[in-house]
Amino acid sequence: MSKEKNLCQAFTDQEKLRHLFWKRFRKNKLALTGAFIVIFLFFAALFAPWLSPYDPGQINIKKILQDPSAEHIFGTDQLGRDVFSRMLGGSRISLLVGFVAVGIASLIGVFLGALAGYYGRWVDNLIMRFVDIMLCFPTFFLILAVIALLEPNIWNIMIIIGITGWMSVARLVRAEFLSLKERDYAVAEKALGARDFRIIFLHILPNALAPVLVAATLGVAGAILTESALSFLGIGVQPPTPSWGNILTAGKDNIQIAWWLSLYPGLAILITVLGYTLLGEGIRDAIDPRLK
Amino acid sequence: MGFYLIKRLVLMIPLFIGITVISFAVIHLAPGSPIDMATDLNPKATAEVKARMRALYGLDKPLHVQYGTWLSRLLVMDFGTSFSQDGRKVTDKIFERLPITIFINVISLLLILAVAIPLGVLAATYKNSFFDKATTVFVFVGFAVPTFWLALLLMILFGVHLGWLPISGLKSLNYEYLPTSAQLWDRVSHLILPILLSAFGGLAGLSRYMRSNMLEVIRQDYITTAKAKGLSQRVVIFKHALRNALLPVITILGLSIPGLIGGSVIFETIFAIPGMGQLFYASVMARDYPTIMGILVIGAVLTLLGNLIADVSYALVDPRIRTT
Repeated sequence: MSKEKNLCQAFTDQEKLRHLFWKRFRKNKLALTGAFIVIFLFFAALFAPWLSPYDPGQINIKKILQDPSAEHIFGTDQLGRDVFSRMLGGSRISLLVGFVAVGIASLIGVFLGALAGYYGRWVDNLIMRFVDIMLCFPTFFLILAVIALLEPNIWNIMIIIGITGWMSVARLVRAEFLSLKERDYAVAEKALGARDFRIIFLHILPNALAPVLVAATLGVAGAILTESALSFLGIGVQPPTPSWGNILTAGKDNIQIAWWLSLYPGLAILITVLGYTLLGEGIRDAIDPRLK
Repeated sequence: MGFYLIKRLVLMIPLFIGITVISFAVIHLAPGSPIDMATDLNPKATAEVKARMRALYGLDKPLHVQYGTWLSRLLVMDFGTSFSQDGRKVTDKIFERLPITIFINVISLLLILAVAIPLGVLAATYKNSFFDKATTVFVFVGFAVPTFWLALLLMILFGVHLGWLPISGLKSLNYEYLPTSAQLWDRVSHLILPILLSAFGGLAGLSRYMRSNMLEVIRQDYITTAKAKGLSQRVVIFKHALRNALLPVITILGLSIPGLIGGSVIFETIFAIPGMGQLFYASVMARDYPTIMGILVIGAVLTLLGNLIADVSYALVDPRIRTT
């Protein structure tokens, strides 16, 4: 009887927390702005082929480097392609890179962080020293070196951004596990003879995911920035595949004559990254308002 | 303190070894070798020639042997000779480029401190004021701006339209013919944009961090006591609160070093500054293994040293750290 009551209590606690979360989130204007931007961009990327006024790969020698006009609202590039259509195509690349890279980073970070926090001792020592070593490298150097040695294509970029970005997630998850593994439910589970992996991944992990969600949202912003920087340097997404970064490269090459090639893709990156950052910070504040 | 320093130094050794192992693995496990690069376009390169070149560079030995030789030479600061046409020593190539990169980074770090700390402190002191909200927006936009894009815009504005500042290199072509005062301005004007941009990236993070530190400190009992004693707002904020809020900044500075060094690739490439970042980019493009490894290791070691200095200074100003 009392156990049932406890269960009920626990369930309503959960409900209450969720309710509190939404209440705080809804009141945060910046967070709502972020959420709106993120959703808007998601649909723009999803429906890009239908929204594009022109084929993003369509070369038109007669219309090279035209100013923005009613016909081409963001102008045309050095091959006469419609910049707006190419930017819509680029939004798909950014989103894909952002999500896959962060997915990889989160998987690695959660796995290693959970092991380190749960087992402690030498496992913890080994994994955390590895984290320290990875953190010593200027990440951009490491990414650049690997990307240029492998073929610079979109898959390699996602993988390498992922495997150089998991360290902060591992630290967060480890810290959560250190306290969560001492909780009654985890100790009880162990006493009942459950296998470690069951305790780690089925019981403790779901309770440790809130900070991972925040880190992942902010991570998408970081990954999009990194991808655009790589593409800008010419070792990211390769033309003719459109990416915001490689449109900016064309902007740099035509800096004296075509400002629109530099302005619009950069604004797109700025707004996207801003959206994910605001959303991530908003989620953090709603989970734990003390941090604000 | 002496004991603490020794402990920190000893802890650096495994980190250093880890750094070398990862650098070595990264470069050597990747497909495509410099020999292929050099011989692909040359129909006269037979298998025998390739094998001879491999032996020349020591690439025919097993990996662990290659690592051993590389590490033992590295300990005496010998990174080997560059694979590029000039065939110079890697150490020479790196060290002639290092000063300008470090100079730009140090200046921009000072700039970051000078702007971010007052910004964060004021925002925290006048929480929820217009100023606080304005800096919050500025900080979020600052986080989100791609620096290379901002560089392009500033180049268009100041370089192309206004013509006030030069947009590439370290000095003008006619530098030698300028009078001394103009030479000085020529040098400075070439550095303004790169330094501003390099600083801009770190500004947002640090001011945000400073603000939350300050808010944390203001909530403490001893601040309430200070206020209750009737001390002025100025004294409470700048004398009592600021000191404690500044402490963690030391660590953050140490942690921001890899970001600054990594960022140098981008702005050195954009502004054509002959620093370590540009050298790294060029070596990566040419698959110049020894140079890539050298820069990776030096970049990581600089970070390691930065963190060491940060930790030691933290321990100097905060005795609580030393005992733990």
